[in-house]
Formats: sequence, C-alpha cells, structure tokens
Amino acid sequence: MKIIVGQDLLSANASQAGENRVLFKNHRLAVINLISAPGSGKTALLEKTASLLKGKLKLGVVVGDLYTARDAERIERAGVTAVQINTEGVCHLTADMVARALQEVSLDQLNLLFIENVGNLVCPVSFDLGERAKVALLSVAEGSDKPAKYPGIFREAMATVISKVDLLPYTDFDLPACLEEIQQINGNQQFFITSAHSGQGLSQWCAWLEQLAAGKFNGNSIASRS
Amino acid sequence: MRLWGDIAVNGCNGRAAVHELSLIQSLINMVVKSAIENNIKKVTKVQLVVGEYHGVLPESLEFAFGILTEGTVCAGSELAIEKSALLLKCRKCAHEFHPDGYLYTCPICTAVNAELVKGRELYVHYYEGE
Repeated sequence: MKIIVGQDLLSANASQAGENRVLFKNHRLAVINLISAPGSGKTALLEKTASLLKGKLKLGVVVGDLYTARDAERIERAGVTAVQINTEGVCHLTADMVARALQEVSLDQLNLLFIENVGNLVCPVSFDLGERAKVALLSVAEGSDKPAKYPGIFREAMATVISKVDLLPYTDFDLPACLEEIQQINGNQQFFITSAHSGQGLSQWCAWLEQLAAGKFNGNSIASRS
Repeated sequence: MRLWGDIAVNGCNGRAAVHELSLIQSLINMVVKSAIENNIKKVTKVQLVVGEYHGVLPESLEFAFGILTEGTVCAGSELAIEKSALLLKCRKCAHEFHPDGYLYTCPICTAVNAELVKGRELYVHYYEGE
C-alpha cells in the first residue's frame, strides 16, 4: 500500500517559529537571529552593543551553546537579561528551544531581543526561529573566503557584520573583495565593518538596531524564499 | 539567569550531532504516526524529496535513517531520495536558469540575487507498507 504524505520535514519547526513570530509581534519586539562560526565574536559584539545602547533600548539575549553558561554570564555582566540554552550536542537552535527559553524572559520589558545561535555557519540557517532578521557575523581572523564557502547564511542575512577589523593589518584578509563577494551573493543587505576591541563601526551598527527596533525594515529578510 | 539543558529537538533526545539526524528523526516521527493511523504494520519504502538548496548529503541521511529506524515500524525499509534541482528566475530579465556554483547570477544579464523558483523542497512524498 502506498500512502501519500507530502509533509515538510521542517514543518514542526516552522509552525513553532510562526507562534514565536506572533508572540514577538504582540510584544512589539524586534528579534535578531545572530549566526556565525565559533569564535567570531558574537558575545563580544553583544557586550559592546549592550553598553552602547544602555538607556536607549532594553535588550534581552537568548544564548545557544552546546555546553556551559559562560556566554550568558558574560552578557549578564554587561547588564542585560540573558537566558542560556544548552543544546547538549545539537548544532543549531530550534524554534522550540527558543520558545521554552522565552518563558524565562519578560518580553514586555524589552525592545530588542538577540538570539545568539550556536556557533556554526551551516545548520542554523535551515531553522527559522521566528526572528525578524538574520544577521551574519564574519571575523577577519576566519579569512575572506568564507562567504564563498558558506553562502547560505549570507544569502538570507539582512545584515552582515565584519568583526575584528583591528586585525586587518596582520592578516591577508581582502576586505573589498570579501564585501564584493557577499554583495554578489545577496546585494540587499547592510554591512557593518566593526571592531569590538577598538569600537570601530559600532555606532553605525547600534543606529541600525535602533531603527530596527523602531519598526523599520519590516520586509522579508530572506532574499529568495521559494 | 537560567540554564536550560537536555532539550528535545524535533522529538529526539537532543543527542543528535548533525542536523541530518534531527531531520531524519522528524521524518520517522511523521511516518510512524501516519502508519499507526493507517494500520500499517511494516513500512518497506520511504520516498523523500530533497531540494538542492539544502545541500544535505544523501549518504548522511541514509546513515541516520539506518540508525534511527531501529525498533520502529520503518526498520529495514528503503530510503529513496529524490533530488530536486535548483531553478532560479532573474529578477531583472526573468530568465530561468540553474546556477553554476554558489552565485545566483543571471547568465544572460548578469544581475545578482535571482529569485528561487524550485529546489528548496524537503518533504516526505510518500511511503509504502503493508
């Protein structure tokens, strides 16, 4: 006997992501799914962002890691509410994990929520969490060839943050070529050239976040969704 | 601050190391549920459609399927993978094409960011059983 199913493998995740999206909308909360390789500086960027936006926006952070609560502890020291998710080996966050973590957050008190995904440029891209925008982070230390090697995240990102640019003089990272390549993958995105160490580019990044939290750029962040 | 651990992913116990495993786990959950509803005792074949966009490896899907079907109604069944090639449409000149490499650049007018028409599928088409 043949049974036709026709059900998407990601449908359970997609329906939970839809519920998360409604929840965020009801709380007028801008949500960013921050995706990068391990060690690219997601937590450092959030620490600096928290201090620069202090008094302007109320931030919350949900942090995903395989193990430990070290990142959430760092973010809390910067004065921001943080909830740590330990995936215990799983390489990405799912909408369901985020929904459970959100039960610990008073969403009414926030304007902007970051979901710091598990450090991984591949798997997190497939799992919608209900965010308004995916933001890719690429550090100079990783090398300028990464957008070509892992185009998926750059194709879906509303913005790309290049981090650790204070290291440019010590590497062969070709910044103009890298930006050109990202633009060829997805020309509809914003770039921020930053260093959490020197502070370069962070004021532009924070200004963009303020606009996002104010409800601008509400369009679909995904350039090409079938 | 709260620490959350041991969170189930798509029905598996949070022990999957790659996302192919969680995808296959949701596939098995779907088929098992449907088999119960249709009074099917043994599944012999599962047909899965995978779009090129996802870049998942058939070998890792088959490997995960072999392990995760053990002890279920799907044990010993065949996983047939039907690939769906990418089809893009240029936003400027409307030309439809298959990309050569990772850039979605139109071969006719060189515009970037072509729209994805087909190739993002990831679904169980059908299964067979008795």
